[in-house]
Amino acid sequence: MMRRDECFRKLAEHRGDAIVVPAYTSAFEWIAIDPNPLNFVSIGAMGQASSHALGLAIGLPDRKIVVLDGDGSLLMNLGSLVTIAEVGPENLFHFVVENGTYEANGSHPIPGRGRVDFAGFACDAGYPEVHSFDGLNRFSAMLPELLAARGPVFGCLKVEPGPPPKYDYKLIHSARMRETFRQAIRPFLGDGGGEE
Amino acid sequence: METDDTPLGSEIIDAIKAAGVRHVAALPDIVTSSGILRPLSEDPDIRLIRLCKEDEGVSICAGLSYCDKRAVLLMQQTGLMDSLNSVRATGVEYGLPICMVVGLLGKEPDRPASESENYGVRIVEPVLDAMGIDRLSIETSADVARLAPAIDRAYAESRPVVALIGRRIER
Repeated sequence: MMRRDECFRKLAEHRGDAIVVPAYTSAFEWIAIDPNPLNFVSIGAMGQASSHALGLAIGLPDRKIVVLDGDGSLLMNLGSLVTIAEVGPENLFHFVVENGTYEANGSHPIPGRGRVDFAGFACDAGYPEVHSFDGLNRFSAMLPELLAARGPVFGCLKVEPGPPPKYDYKLIHSARMRETFRQAIRPFLGDGGGEE
Repeated sequence: METDDTPLGSEIIDAIKAAGVRHVAALPDIVTSSGILRPLSEDPDIRLIRLCKEDEGVSICAGLSYCDKRAVLLMQQTGLMDSLNSVRATGVEYGLPICMVVGLLGKEPDRPASESENYGVRIVEPVLDAMGIDRLSIETSADVARLAPAIDRAYAESRPVVALIGRRIER
């Protein structure tokens, strides 16, 4: 088992100028570890990180888009695995942080905790590159290769529930965060983005 | 003898394209299936994104909007109802141009949606009004002229809009 913050610190080392789309609890922890205008936290409703990321991946085909999903979040939008695999964005890297709980809502267990196989879901949905990690050393060693692979890539990060991050919903839903992101990607809109 | 003034799918597609839309996220809806979705799926100017669930489409259209790419979400009113939380959050509260073309399954062609005997049809307009979402009804060829300006306005003012298709559309 790993810790989410340890995984995120490793990911931050290899992020480069990728756009990162973290979901809820992951968002609060990620933006504390790696504050960056290319963080996209405005996912609206629970479960929708992967679908926002798919829109960004289609709109900015030359940029890497990294999703940090939650296990409860992904269960709300499992179909997005199939949609993403169907579209096949080579620039999409989809990580799910599996801690077995709805951490932001009282840490109740997810249905199927310990039995559901998220990597299996992604594999069967048609993701060409699927991995599951329960040790930090292996995850850390494979990260450069993962982020250089042709997507969509899926990685399940098996972590233990950790201390709660500081939840600031007003911040992640704020117009300021959306505008910061909008300005941050503006220079990219000439390289495959922008009006056609 | 009455003439049928139901718009052709090609008229609606032309309006969507005239508004600069090049991406369509969709689930099949029998009202718009043969007249709009099928030809869109064969249109080289349009990138069709087939969805498993409609709220995915809300988020995909939102993501594309940040990239200055115009998109439409094509679905049935049942899918719209199923997606209201995403529409509420992403479209209304974030103020993003989520443009939806919605077939009204079960609506009688000879009466307004608000007077339909079908409960699922009758509630659509009041629900959209309660959420403060712009809407337009497309029943006739003349109505289609309002579609491209409605999409343009949604992007200019960064707000959602719903076009309700009240009759079964053919090519």
